[in-house]
Amino acid sequence: MAFNKENNSYTIVFAAIMVIIVGSVLAYLASALSGKIAENERFEKQQNILYAMGVNENEGGGGVNFIPTDRVEAEFSKYITEQLVINGDQITQNDEAYLIDLKKQIASIKKGETAELPVFIGEKEGNKYYIIPMYGKGLWDAIWGFIALNENMVVQGVYFDHKSETPGLGANIKQRYFLDDFIGESILSNNQLKGIAVAKGNNDPQNNIKDDNEVDALAGATITGNGVSAMIRESVNLYKDYLETIRVN
Amino acid sequence: MALLSKKDTNLILDPLADNNPITIQVLGICSALAITAELQASVVMAISVLFVLGVGNVVISLLRNIIPTKIRIIVQLIVVATLVIIVDQVLKAFAYELSKTLSVFVGLIITNCIIMGRFEAFALGNGPWKAFLDGIGNALGYGIILIVVGFFRELLGSGTLFGFKVFGDPVAKTGLYATGYENNGFMIIPPAALIVVGIIIWVQRSRNRALIEEN
Repeated sequence: MAFNKENNSYTIVFAAIMVIIVGSVLAYLASALSGKIAENERFEKQQNILYAMGVNENEGGGGVNFIPTDRVEAEFSKYITEQLVINGDQITQNDEAYLIDLKKQIASIKKGETAELPVFIGEKEGNKYYIIPMYGKGLWDAIWGFIALNENMVVQGVYFDHKSETPGLGANIKQRYFLDDFIGESILSNNQLKGIAVAKGNNDPQNNIKDDNEVDALAGATITGNGVSAMIRESVNLYKDYLETIRVN
Repeated sequence: MALLSKKDTNLILDPLADNNPITIQVLGICSALAITAELQASVVMAISVLFVLGVGNVVISLLRNIIPTKIRIIVQLIVVATLVIIVDQVLKAFAYELSKTLSVFVGLIITNCIIMGRFEAFALGNGPWKAFLDGIGNALGYGIILIVVGFFRELLGSGTLFGFKVFGDPVAKTGLYATGYENNGFMIIPPAALIVVGIIIWVQRSRNRALIEEN
């Protein structure tokens, strides 16, 4: 063999070359694909927002079916009539509000700085939908989603997604049967804005009672479920002032 | 066999049964417990490991004469991580939906001890072709157990297979549920996987007594 594999300088040179090669390959790949990936993520946000307000291709009792990516931009501008940014007392229109990263805004609120909170107003068949984004923590990593409300603070639809919840357990928060449970639930309790909890000791597994602020939990996913409850509560709290202005009763 | 010599065939067949990475070597247990609550997740994980282990074994085998011994574990780790990230990024750009399903598994693949174990035990000492067969064989052996465990856990725990309701609707009480049958919620949580894997090990060893260790 030509090399002395035990030699320290050989080890260092090998490590350096390997890091340079791997680093450049990954850097090249990341920059070559970043445009395409960003576009996919943009479409995904539009699909999620539309899904929450019930603009999707769901059929009967099947799974979650979004508007296909080739149509999503047109549908998004058709159904989402206004995109607002709430900054303290000021509310401004911004057509790119959906690109605001809620994670960063929540971080700046925690630091005591002002934040820009996006709201999307959709219109479908004469009904108005107020869609607010959510962001929280699951068991392993981030969870996020959108919740669509009407003027009576009744949920018209939700969408949840997660970064790395356990497949088959916590990952099921994005399954249709879980998402559908939220539709029709009120986020009001005693006329106060409260949220909706994912409850284990729920006496209402078929979810017939719509004003108990509870939906049935997922078996084996207690912490993810608690994360969803906390995320809805925090988001409702974050948008409290705005929601009070649109509320009719 | 023209394509594979007998020795080569054994490289693929051994890990499927008598030298199975999960039931005999007891490697890769962590992912076998974590993601087998659904059959679909098991299949996705099995295919991902098949790819990473097949390609990774070849890469390590090609590099085996120039990898410095002192940092070989780090080199192996980097090879796995790089492969997984490349796959993840390419899928994100061209098959976004699929990549979302797979992203959860990325961390689990990198830390899967079967992969490091085969790099260390086989690829570092054998040529690329053999290393490739060994990788495929071990990944298949791992995948089979995952799929068997996933099959029983999803069937008994949720009454479904690939999300399809096999026993009827548990809420509306149709099909088998009309007779009073209930899903076993225990099968959904990870300890159930330990028991299913334990039963597989028991069955395997009682069929082939040569596998039983002497104390």
